[in-house]
Amino acid sequence: MTKPFLQIDGKPIPYTAGQTIMEAATAAGIYIPHLCHNPEFEPHGSCKLCTVKVNGRNCSACTFPAADGQDVLNDTAELNELRRTVTQLLFVEGNHLCPSCEKSGNCQLQAAAYFLGMVDAHFPFFYPARELDGSHPDILLDRDRCIFCELCVRASRDVDGKNVFAIGGRGIDSRLIVNSPSGKLADTPIAATDKAARVCPVGAILVKRRGFEVPIGERLYDRHTLAEESLEREEPIVESRHD
Amino acid sequence: MDRDENERRIVAGIVENHGRDAHRLLSMLREVQRELRHVSPTAQQTVAETLGVCVTRVRAVVEFYSFLSAAPLGKFDIRISDSITDHMLGSRDIAAYLCDALAIRPGDIRPDGRVSMAFTSCTGLCEQGPAGLVNGYAIPRLTRERVDRIVELVNHDTPLSDWPEALFAVEDNVRLKDRLLANPVKPGASLERVLAQGRETIFEEIETSQLRGRGGAGFNTAWKWRFCYEGPEEVAVCPPGQPAAQAERYVVCNADEGEPGTFKDRVLLQSHADQVFEGMTVCAYLVGARQGFLYLRGEYLYLHQRLEGVLAERRRQGLLGEGILGRKGFDFDIEIRLGAGAYICGEESALIESLEGKRGVPRNRPPYPVTHGYLGKPTVVNNVETFFAAAAITLHGGEWFASVGTEKSKGTKLLSICGDCSRPGIYEYPFGVTISRILDDCGADDTLGVQIGGPSGMFISDKEFGRKLAFEDLATGGSFIVFDRTRDVLEIARNFTHFFAHESCGFCTPCRVGTALLKNLLDKIGDGHGAAGDLAELSRLGRFVRSTSHCGLGQTAANPILSTLERYPELYQKRLKTIDFEPGFDLDGALAIARRLSGRDDENAHLTQT
Ligand SMILES: Cc1cc2nc3c(=O)[nH]c(=O)nc-3n(C[C@H](O)[C@H](O)[C@H](O)COP(=O)(O)O)c2cc1C
Ligand code: SF4
Ligand code: SF4
Ligand code: FES
Repeated sequence: MTKPFLQIDGKPIPYTAGQTIMEAATAAGIYIPHLCHNPEFEPHGSCKLCTVKVNGRNCSACTFPAADGQDVLNDTAELNELRRTVTQLLFVEGNHLCPSCEKSGNCQLQAAAYFLGMVDAHFPFFYPARELDGSHPDILLDRDRCIFCELCVRASRDVDGKNVFAIGGRGIDSRLIVNSPSGKLADTPIAATDKAARVCPVGAILVKRRGFEVPIGERLYDRHTLAEESLEREEPIVESRHD
Repeated sequence: MDRDENERRIVAGIVENHGRDAHRLLSMLREVQRELRHVSPTAQQTVAETLGVCVTRVRAVVEFYSFLSAAPLGKFDIRISDSITDHMLGSRDIAAYLCDALAIRPGDIRPDGRVSMAFTSCTGLCEQGPAGLVNGYAIPRLTRERVDRIVELVNHDTPLSDWPEALFAVEDNVRLKDRLLANPVKPGASLERVLAQGRETIFEEIETSQLRGRGGAGFNTAWKWRFCYEGPEEVAVCPPGQPAAQAERYVVCNADEGEPGTFKDRVLLQSHADQVFEGMTVCAYLVGARQGFLYLRGEYLYLHQRLEGVLAERRRQGLLGEGILGRKGFDFDIEIRLGAGAYICGEESALIESLEGKRGVPRNRPPYPVTHGYLGKPTVVNNVETFFAAAAITLHGGEWFASVGTEKSKGTKLLSICGDCSRPGIYEYPFGVTISRILDDCGADDTLGVQIGGPSGMFISDKEFGRKLAFEDLATGGSFIVFDRTRDVLEIARNFTHFFAHESCGFCTPCRVGTALLKNLLDKIGDGHGAAGDLAELSRLGRFVRSTSHCGLGQTAANPILSTLERYPELYQKRLKTIDFEPGFDLDGALAIARRLSGRDDENAHLTQT
């Protein structure tokens, strides 16, 4: 059976019914920048880094269904500029002190900034005052670095079956909240081996006493671009899901 | 019994009364708030335990909706509308006067716990402002005398139920009727016609009318109902050997009306609720729904009891319930669900999330509500006015409706007109009416411009009054705010931009962070600290937020800035203080036209470049 096709940057890409544009691209080895998306989980569509142009309209590749005859633009100057702006917004919204962050070199937000050629924050910083939760013996929650991708929410709910996290607040006052009467991580059943403790793309949820195990300079994104790393990890996942 | 124990019993009782149905979470929390003046962490825990859901689910909802609060509010909780129209009618002065008299500051609760005061987004009383809410009940036309009365009642601790009714009297102010308002439908008349003519004939009438949704976007109503009727494909693939199951379908009336400057749905619900419910019931018959919801914004709490009364009367008359008008199998009923202060819940998929007892975060689309709506089932969501019109079309026929209007916008449209005019209120016009005609009718003169379709719409300058209201030219959900020449365009844009930043749900990055940045940037310029670079930034960021946001809120949030920046660049430039780089144009020279038009050439009308 021949598969139907869509076009990404002028190149015909096959897809299977039910795939999103992101999945079709990943399966074909094409990288579309993303942060809140991880093929192991239900698509979310919140960060908007994966914005592509579909037949002239901006859409989120991670949630938009692939369809026959779509003309998708991905790697264009305009879209990369727009993605750079998204990345800048995420940087100024929180407190991201990369040089002193344990996640440095393993952080997808930082890697996205490098990948997109972001050289400054451009916008004034918000310097939010968000509560840090160090109550858990094995896990640190530093809300300053949260980008509201809800990967921990999805991982805890769908993989660990523990529902430890949720998003509270509204608008710019949104914040990650924890499912326990005290609101503290120590009073939840989360364990360092849980998916939710390891899925955070930035340094907001960190496993304690593992800091600097791999020296800076030899870390994931010190050796690979975000595109290489993403495709290598995600291609097999997408293949196994849809074939 | 200690206080905590007592609180837990009250809260658990409320949850029980709602049948421990987690979809009714928002309704439960509204009641807890009303009984205990807040939804404390203990109350949240009790709700979660009784319902068997995570406490985060409850906490997240409490934190999302403006009218719910985890910290105690005053026994009398007063909120003053911060809509631009209330500002123009002096709301800020009245609020200051009120705060003085109560010895309280905005955002505070008085130490004796008696009263708290805060500002709130548009209350929908735009033509009878400055308006406020006391424990959620609307009080229009606040004057110093009325405020004195309120302060007295608060200080005497008079229960709200004993406050004089006159304080709460909300007027209709209908100024111009056309075919809809002039031909109200008698209860049951449209339904009788539906039963006599049959589903297909009525579908055809609605198609012939070419009725488009009155909520703003203007989607063809007949198509929406048709898609819902036909349903998603999975309905067709029933398990083999089992009878073809009919998927549940739902009819939802969107009475969130959060767009500042809009109040036509309020008037329809206040005086024509029967016809709105009739339209919903017609829709239910056509699409095969058995359950309907009226999603009523929290600000219209004062209508709640009255609307329940109308529903009860319709049940009594056999116009709702089982076997409507004696037709076996025609079963449909309507439940009223109240919102709790979140503009985003007017967006249809956020509204459905809210109906399901969640935070109002817009869903990813496709799929659309019409195939995957409430509880994942096919759902029609329409505006109040759409159902109101549909009932009339059912009775009088599609031709009757389509014979006025324009090529792409048939029929008439209800406008809520307010701002600088002598006869604000509700006007019904055939589509295609010009702005200047409307301005004449409502008694506006020396008009600077009009905000059409509310903050998410467009600011039209006095050079564009020949333009027409119609989907072909200026689309609108019905908000029409008039500004005269005493008004400051920048302050208007600022009010609207604050509104969007406050109402952003926070789900997606461009809107969550972008609207906050736009607000800060506009404040910087408005406060006289702007530099030329800030204007370029304003427009670039605005276009970015417009093109990348997840839903209509973010996609329109920059409209007030972009549409005024385009029309009045000189007004923005006039506010700039320093120029931190060499611009590619002569700033002072660019002001020459403005100086000539305004006939002033003093020092302040010039900018020096550094
Ligand atoms: C942020 C936002 C707020 C909205 N608020 C309302 C509203 O208060 N009332 C309304 O009828 N439609 C509102 N809408 C439009 C609805 O999403 C939907 O299109 C409408 O209810 C469909 O009904 P209609 O086809 O009868 O217009 C809003 C849309 C957005 C994006
Ligand atoms: S803590 Fe990490 S995984 Fe969770 S929402 Fe924030 S950034 Fe995403
Ligand atoms: S555009 Fe704004 S309101 Fe809409 S989903 Fe994004 S954050 Fe929420
Ligand atoms: S990756 Fe698609 S929106 Fe975040």
